Amino acid sequence: MSIEKEFRPKIVAFCCNWCSYAGADLAGSSRLAYPADVKIIRVPCSCRVNPMFILRAFQKGADGVIMCGCHPGDCHYSTGNYYARRRMTLLFSMLDYIGVENGRTRVEWVSAAEGVKFSTTMNEFVEKIHSLGENVRLEDLRCKN
Amino acid sequence: MQRIGVFVCHCGSNIAATVDVKKVVEMALLEPGVVHAEDYQYMCSEAGQAKILEAVKEKGLTGIVVCSCSPRMHEATFRKAAERAGVNPYMVEIANIREHCSWIHKDMEEATKKAVILARAAIAKVNLNAPLQPGESRVTKRALVIGGGIAGIQTAIDIADAGYEVDIVEKTPSIGGRMSQLDKTFPTLDCSACILTPKMVEASAHEKINIYTYSEVEKVTGFVGDFTVDIRKKARSVDMNKCTGCGVCQEKCPSKKAPSEFNRGLNTRSAIYTPFAQAIPNVPVIDRDACIKFKTGKCGLCEKVCQAGAIDYAQQDEIITEKYGAIVVATGFDTIKLDKYDEYAYSQSKDVITSLELERIMNAAGPTKGHLERLSDGKAPKEMVFIQCVGSRCADNRGKSYCSKICCMYTAKHAMLIRDKYPDVNVTVFYIDVRTPGKNFDEFYRRAVEEYGVNYIKGQVGKVAPLPNGKLLVQGADLIDNKQILKEADMVVLATAIEPDPSVRKIATMLTASIDTNNFLTEAHPKLRPVESPTAGVFLSGVCQGPKDIPETVAQAGAAAVKAIGLLAKDKLMTNPCTAKADELMCNGCSTCANVCPYGAITYEVKQVNDHGIREDRRIAVVNNALCQGCGACTVVCPSGAMDLQGFSNRQILAEVDAICR
Amino acid sequence: MNTAKKQAELIKEISGVNPLKCMKCGKCSASCPSYNEMDIKPHQFVSYVVNEDVESLVNSKSLWKCLSCFACVERCPRDVKPGKLIDAARQVVVRQKGQDYLSPNEIPELLDPDLPQQLLVSAFRRYRR
Repeated sequence: MSIEKEFRPKIVAFCCNWCSYAGADLAGSSRLAYPADVKIIRVPCSCRVNPMFILRAFQKGADGVIMCGCHPGDCHYSTGNYYARRRMTLLFSMLDYIGVENGRTRVEWVSAAEGVKFSTTMNEFVEKIHSLGENVRLEDLRCKN
Repeated sequence: MQRIGVFVCHCGSNIAATVDVKKVVEMALLEPGVVHAEDYQYMCSEAGQAKILEAVKEKGLTGIVVCSCSPRMHEATFRKAAERAGVNPYMVEIANIREHCSWIHKDMEEATKKAVILARAAIAKVNLNAPLQPGESRVTKRALVIGGGIAGIQTAIDIADAGYEVDIVEKTPSIGGRMSQLDKTFPTLDCSACILTPKMVEASAHEKINIYTYSEVEKVTGFVGDFTVDIRKKARSVDMNKCTGCGVCQEKCPSKKAPSEFNRGLNTRSAIYTPFAQAIPNVPVIDRDACIKFKTGKCGLCEKVCQAGAIDYAQQDEIITEKYGAIVVATGFDTIKLDKYDEYAYSQSKDVITSLELERIMNAAGPTKGHLERLSDGKAPKEMVFIQCVGSRCADNRGKSYCSKICCMYTAKHAMLIRDKYPDVNVTVFYIDVRTPGKNFDEFYRRAVEEYGVNYIKGQVGKVAPLPNGKLLVQGADLIDNKQILKEADMVVLATAIEPDPSVRKIATMLTASIDTNNFLTEAHPKLRPVESPTAGVFLSGVCQGPKDIPETVAQAGAAAVKAIGLLAKDKLMTNPCTAKADELMCNGCSTCANVCPYGAITYEVKQVNDHGIREDRRIAVVNNALCQGCGACTVVCPSGAMDLQGFSNRQILAEVDAICR
Repeated sequence: MNTAKKQAELIKEISGVNPLKCMKCGKCSASCPSYNEMDIKPHQFVSYVVNEDVESLVNSKSLWKCLSCFACVERCPRDVKPGKLIDAARQVVVRQKGQDYLSPNEIPELLDPDLPQQLLVSAFRRYRR
């Protein structure tokens, strides 16, 4: 990657099927723009997100990973997001310890009605990643193009 | 290796205006496994689907990627198309390039780049997809209705009329609910009992309806179409088959000091009692806490006087286990406790009453035989004050944040009835807003003001203070005249907020149905699915879902019945095949997965496995596909990585991550 | 921001109250023991802050007739607490007079039969040096 090139972060967003993915759909149908750097992966529930997925994303060169789920208490599967929340708290503090700053990881609760929140969250997150710059900490150099 | 076809939709100009669809097609063809790619105006149209069928036939596709709108929109459409083409429907993946791409980006180059990446992720996933078969589960043709008020009765009658068996479970000794406690109903002022009791009789006489009164739901297991429910029939101490309902036992019972629940504690009842004269079933119960026989062992008078020999002191609680296909919750409401509203002096004076208590006082079968009188001294009141919104619309922690909806109308009703029957009584209503949406509702309220001379004052009351002369000093403000008002009243009636019956929390937990912060049951969709719970097979009827008056409750009860009938009419239900599955060789039977499963879908079995030639018995996790909803909680906690989710497997999601980060 | 808006914001900040939560039920006015002495009634006070008419508030009699009994604060069903708004408006007046701080020696001369003692106590708590 040449230094002159504009920094375009790679951002992976895990969205639960019932709330956040629908929230992202609503952001789309309301034409609420957020940067194209965000790519969404649909999972049935935030509790399906294995920490391994997030580590893999960083390994493969992602600059930020955000996970969105239903609001606490609103999980389609009753308790999934509680597990996710605890899991991610641990994972993020460990990632911070090894040098992947807390700003590169985020958990946000977005309901199916919160298109605006989805879009502002993504805008904020991308801005944050821009301020942090490229992630080099976990990246597997063998994965470089 | 899969043979994948990629279909890129223009969606008119919705996608094609910002995404270079030709470029997406071109780039998709470079991906591994892709043997066919094309674009079309509207993939979801007949012609678009025909293109998929054609390509499957020509190129022998095993996997399909559609780059189009959200899978929440048309995933089902394309899965059906695949099925028609002879491809397993779960070999279809959607790349959402409309909501998540073309609609939010303006720059063509940027949007096209993103669309290519999204397509790439979907292709990477399909490469690892496996054909899945939805399972089938049977439907038990029987419905359970929890709660025997007007909501439950109406739902039960409607379901039974469609030809299905219905059981009503009611926790009190009689069906009838809150409506049976009301005197008159707005806006027509017909007598509540006159319209309710025929319904109660209809339900009890219906050959398809079975009523369990004095019973509670104890345990619920199973899932939509196949619930197993334990019902506790509390010991009535009276044999229902023998009792003739003559009522002699109630007359002779020497213990008459128990507060009457039906009359809101305004008077007392005997220890052996039916809540009210028209109770169904007309079989009394013995209140064991009040009964002298149960407390001291001496008495037994009811047994002596019962000609039918129906009294059975030794009766025990009985647990009935029954299977149901659908469950309707109709648990209703109660008024809130007023202990946090001491400024209204409810606990200090007998003459400060709630509206529901006034209903009983006004009722000919009530504690005062229908005479309007002060409960403290039995005198007829001359000055009555009604206070609205007591505990409703409160942002503090004392009351409820919502509007209880029915109070404006019943207060107008009470005011009108009192002015009609006792023209010499002055009636003042302190209100914040008068909310009367509903057919003939505002006309009703206006009649109270214009024809009956009820004095409506805008302004909440600040304080009610009992005076030494027995009257009540009401301190309020008239916000229109900008005056503070001090009024000596004989009686004060509080339009107390309603809240879901407290029993609903326990029931919601048993049903895994969600409730909101106010304990109202949540609907599957607030507008489009208002009578269904998000939990499949559970339906909502009446105030358990939100405040409602009687016509709305009856309408919703009918709607819930229709939804339940729609379910019961099916012989079999298709189950979601995206369920968890444990790898027998990797599982070590540690039980971690069962601990996080919200549905109890995971059990353990000792199975013989062949681990690389070594045969041994191992304890391994087995997932019940009918119970598993596919959340994936178990897959992440599994320490050995044995648990995986079909349709969203670890490898599939990792492939998507890789494709996006490439 | 114009002065009126600034002052309204200041009142909200000092009181920690959001007057937009008011549903205009008038329970504050119904509870107020000095209601008849006031020109701007407690429930109106809230909408004056919403409408940023602080000028009228600081010149009103009500400001100094409120007993700070906090019956309105206790009973307000919407947590709007008109008493706290009135208290805050008083502090705005005190600040306008340049009395940004107080020393204990100054208190005797400030004693005024019209001035509620709570004001002095709270002002002293906040603005002593």
